[in-house]
Amino acid sequence: MNFSMSNELEVSLYVLVLAVPLGLELVRRVSPLLHTPLMSLTNAISAISVVGAILVAGSAGSPALSRVLGCLAVTCSTINIVAGFLITDRMLKMFRKKEGGK
Amino acid sequence: MTEGGFWQAAYIIAALAVVLSIKWLASPVTARRGVLSGEIGMLFAVVGTLLRKEIISYEWIAISFVAGATIGAPLAYLMPMTAVPQLTALSHAFGALAAALVATAEYYRYAASGTPITGFTMGALVIETVLGYLTCTASILAFGKLQEIVPTRPMTYRGQNFVNLSLLAFAVGLGVWMIVEPTPAWTFPVFVALSLLFGVLLILPIGGGDMPTVIALLNSYAGAACAAMGFALSNRLLIIAGAVNASSGFILSVIMCNAMNRSFTNVLFGAFGQVQAGAAAQASTKPVHSATAEDAAAIIASARKVIVVPGYGMAVAQAQHKLRELTDALTKRGVEVQFAIHPVAGRMPGHMNVLLAEADIPYDRLHEMEDINPDFAEADVALVIGANDVVNPAARHDTNSPIYGMPILDVDKAHTVMVIKRSMNPGFAGIDNELYYMDRTLMLFGDAKSFVGEIVKELPAAS
Repeated sequence: MNFSMSNELEVSLYVLVLAVPLGLELVRRVSPLLHTPLMSLTNAISAISVVGAILVAGSAGSPALSRVLGCLAVTCSTINIVAGFLITDRMLKMFRKKEGGK
Repeated sequence: MTEGGFWQAAYIIAALAVVLSIKWLASPVTARRGVLSGEIGMLFAVVGTLLRKEIISYEWIAISFVAGATIGAPLAYLMPMTAVPQLTALSHAFGALAAALVATAEYYRYAASGTPITGFTMGALVIETVLGYLTCTASILAFGKLQEIVPTRPMTYRGQNFVNLSLLAFAVGLGVWMIVEPTPAWTFPVFVALSLLFGVLLILPIGGGDMPTVIALLNSYAGAACAAMGFALSNRLLIIAGAVNASSGFILSVIMCNAMNRSFTNVLFGAFGQVQAGAAAQASTKPVHSATAEDAAAIIASARKVIVVPGYGMAVAQAQHKLRELTDALTKRGVEVQFAIHPVAGRMPGHMNVLLAEADIPYDRLHEMEDINPDFAEADVALVIGANDVVNPAARHDTNSPIYGMPILDVDKAHTVMVIKRSMNPGFAGIDNELYYMDRTLMLFGDAKSFVGEIVKELPAAS
């Protein structure tokens, strides 16, 4: 096996080692009050994998099977995106500080 | 990567928007800006991708978008707020399935093109496949348990852990084989089937009350699958979003485990929540003090400070709106009403806060466990609604108790404790609660929603 790293991979690994602590730090600051919206928001964001779905669904090089699976994946992640963002916003609208205030 | 810089710029903006989105979610004041930022990030990611020159056909993608939005929007709007845990689980299932389908499609694209796949790319695909399919079936089963289509008690059989671990070992073996060298055509479908099966087996032994930890963990897996996809496609936007997500789910599940003083292994393999025959039998013999709504109203009305402790029972009975009426009536009389929220109350992290916010109870009255525990000693009434294990004093002193060491709300220190409960059945952990037998405890038997309503009606006229 060849253990030398491509440039691409090296950059990706750098991104990963920076993104993980950043994520941990950001999430630690979220008030427990908002943990449910946090979950549904990150849930919606994880559907950013729609990018990969579009790439396999629409690329010139994809065989028919891959394109069908890609289209299915686009549908699934769109459900995830739409439901995730809408429900998060619906929840956050309800959080109020003052009595009876809007 | 020479064709036009537009999509690359769009991806960078999207990555920034995703990071800012979580940052703004930190406080309720800026939280909605956070959602907006997340949506903008998603828009840039999608538009940027559509403009890449390798995308040549749009019709089917457009149809897929419309189909997804048509299913997703009603899901988000029609589900009642009490069903948020189920909806999140379902939404996870779709997201994870999408990631898994992309991995499958990628695998067959490489297979069809005949170009050899590098061990590293295959490794990323293998991880994406296993996490994607596993999270999908696990989330569906979690949805079933939360919706109570599937029994919520843990399902166990002899040798369960052995079967699970052997299957896992087999799957890992297959995965490594696929990474090291090109394998026969049957390996990939078998690997997919194993991943799907493993997701089911993972959730079967987990009881309903451990769902907060499990949903958070599934969130983390979905993020990790997304990051793996980023490696397979050399797409850094996916790596950033996936990593942020994975760490979010991970932190939440660690918080949940700490709040129960249990380890990951115990939550995942401990089959917590089987009724202990001894405790259940013993429960019926000891005397309790029960009271009517009228008695309860008289005591509450003369209190200066009331701390309400909501639990999953409040969610089931949909009692939050009646609770709001009670809060209003008491506040008008000059009684101070506060809410104490245990981190694992309900079926997902922060579940109680959302329900109380839905009932328009201002969030500055909702307090975390550490902040409010010292206040119980000066509270005249602690009103427990549908919470059980999180207020069981046995967690402090009974070393034999399964929940020993779990941080609890110090309800027993209040002057009078009232517990609204449907019956004397033990809670999720399947253990008896000594709180109910204290002299200062009044048991209010009945449906939480109608009982709180009756208390409101019975409140003596304000002086």
